[in-house]
Amino acid sequence: MQTDFLLQIKDLKASIDNKEILKGLNLEVKHGEIHAIMGPNGSGKSTLANVLTGREIATVTAGTVTYEGKNLLEMSPEERAREGIFLSFQYPIEIPGVSMVNFMKTAINEQRKYRGLEPLSASDFLRLMREKKELVEIDSALTNRSVNEGFSGGEKKKNEIFQMAMLEPRLALLDETDSGLDIDALRIVANGVNKIRRPDTSVIVITHYQRLLDYIVPDYVHVLYDGRIVRSAGPELALELEERGYDWIRKDADLSEETWTTDRK
Amino acid sequence: MENNQDKLLGEVTSGEYKYGFVTDIETDVIPKGLSEDVVRLISAKKEEPEWLLEFRLKAFRRWQTMKMPEWAHLNIPEIDYQDIIYYAAPKQKKGPDSLSDVDPELLKTFDKLGIPLEEQKRLTGVAVDAVMDSVSVKTTFRETLAEMGIIFCSFSEAVKEHPTLVQKYLASVVPYSDNFFAALNSAVFSDGSFCYIPKGVRCPMELSTYFRINASNTGQFERTLLIADEESYVSYLEGCTAPMRDENQLHAAVVEIVAERGAEVKYSTVQNWYPGDKEGKGGIFNFVTKRGICKGDDSRISWTQVETGSAITWKYPSCILRGNNSVGEFYSVAVTNNRQQADTGTKMIHIGSNTKSTIVSKGISAGFSQNSYRGLVKVLGKAEGARNFSQCDSLLLGDRCGAHTFPYIEVDNPSAIVEHEATTSRIGEDQIFYCNQRGISTEDAIGLIVNGYAREVINKLPMEFAVEAQKLLQISLEGSVG
Repeated sequence: MQTDFLLQIKDLKASIDNKEILKGLNLEVKHGEIHAIMGPNGSGKSTLANVLTGREIATVTAGTVTYEGKNLLEMSPEERAREGIFLSFQYPIEIPGVSMVNFMKTAINEQRKYRGLEPLSASDFLRLMREKKELVEIDSALTNRSVNEGFSGGEKKKNEIFQMAMLEPRLALLDETDSGLDIDALRIVANGVNKIRRPDTSVIVITHYQRLLDYIVPDYVHVLYDGRIVRSAGPELALELEERGYDWIRKDADLSEETWTTDRK
Repeated sequence: MENNQDKLLGEVTSGEYKYGFVTDIETDVIPKGLSEDVVRLISAKKEEPEWLLEFRLKAFRRWQTMKMPEWAHLNIPEIDYQDIIYYAAPKQKKGPDSLSDVDPELLKTFDKLGIPLEEQKRLTGVAVDAVMDSVSVKTTFRETLAEMGIIFCSFSEAVKEHPTLVQKYLASVVPYSDNFFAALNSAVFSDGSFCYIPKGVRCPMELSTYFRINASNTGQFERTLLIADEESYVSYLEGCTAPMRDENQLHAAVVEIVAERGAEVKYSTVQNWYPGDKEGKGGIFNFVTKRGICKGDDSRISWTQVETGSAITWKYPSCILRGNNSVGEFYSVAVTNNRQQADTGTKMIHIGSNTKSTIVSKGISAGFSQNSYRGLVKVLGKAEGARNFSQCDSLLLGDRCGAHTFPYIEVDNPSAIVEHEATTSRIGEDQIFYCNQRGISTEDAIGLIVNGYAREVINKLPMEFAVEAQKLLQISLEGSVG
């Protein structure tokens, strides 16, 4: 048994409404590594995030996902969260009338309960909020409002990173965190992630563009195309993709379709 | 996707009604059935003056000619009015002067309900009139209030001690002929609370009445009369619970409020009658007429209700805005789950000029329940400059429940401004998932989302009760979809 793997995905197949989206995906993430998953629209990036967090939109039809040696696919979404998986949503959800303070307090105390810890006292909780707000440079006013209600696109993304700072996950999934951000917001968000990250925190950055990876520098870059990872390399792959687009990968992948399937067998 | 949502919601475990116990106490009951003799018997038991007996008899005769209203979006099983006991009183020494005269079983009951009747145990700032079945058990803080000239006592006592006030205001807002249930109540009403705030007095504490049904096969018909004299202020709260029983029990109350010039009345209700079991067996039939009149200029009446109980709710707390510049408000959260049915809303009748009304209604339906908002905004010809704003939101949990909105708007003055906004939404699977992804269970997520949705109304409740109401919302929705 490999113990330095935080996450191992083997031959993962998943469908949405009977349409196969992930067609045999393999990925291994060690403690403290940053992986970037890039790919054109419709390649299965968001489906991967859904499968890993247990959102029932996608149905897993084959393959295994092991997290910290446990079968991740058997866990409920909230168990996965309590086990340290955090998703920064591509489209954060608004919950009208629920204050950020109340939302975060509930989340933190649920997670603490799961780990056998006492709930945070009101003063400790507020201190933690203050500390993390400064860390991710989020406007104080935002956390006094209802969850994401009336937030701009950039504010919503910052708020995701703020929640990540509060919850201190072991595996952070950033789903298109850079979309809809101007360059200043992008920098703040990315720096936030870097500041939050402890040496053993693993990150999977799902992105269409390379620009976020200027700030969050990955150890590995994977290209997801048509439900499979068709190419993996170091950070230089992201730059190549930025320059040449996805078309060459597409051609490459289509041409080598036969090779891929035979390789697998 | 539909199935997904049902599954998500179905995962929430089943909730129990906390107040379903029965107190074992000797009760003085009269035989089942309703007739002139029964009306006379009730009046005699309460040692009432002749005029009140006459009032009851007139109401009874009128009731006999009336039919149950059928216009509500409710499926009401046939009610056999001869199969109901119209008077049940826990036996105790007449008129308990002090707490030591009250049966300890009764004290225990109210303790268990979280309504301790010992004044030193109460939250400071809340005076309680505790009503069990047909009689008032004890009214707290009477002496303290009396020093300011405030009368707060049971209705029966008010009839004896303040007959002129009662005679002047009784049925002045809800006439006995108003509707089937008001007529029935006027004929057989047992007890309830009476409250009078004198001119210029700001009532220093919350006044509250707690209604408890205990005896089986009985109906509860209470009558509340609240008078705020000129430039006075009072905040009033009403709570109610009942044991879990397989048969339905009838509750038909009448509440009347009179606000004189410059007076302000806040009336809050947390209604938690037994709703019946999951299959819809048992539960209270709640047919209530509540109406207030802003009689004088610059007066204000505000209704806030959190309705989570009862098998059937038929209730429209209303305001007659007669005084110029008077204000009527209605803030409501109505939750229905399992097989519950609610048809509730308000009527705002604008008579005076520059009268204003606000309606905020939040319906939450789950399970197989039906939840309707029914509201009337009527602006009469002389109501120059009248304004109304209505907002009716419905939240659906699951896909087997129903939410309905029946707004009626009648405007006879061209200067009036009437606005109506309505939304219907489902509790989002994406909202629940967002909470799940932060480690919050589905059950807690629904609690958070629903309380957020209802916050605008909950915020209108007095502090101590807002917390209670929040918990109640969550409990009521446990096991929302089976």
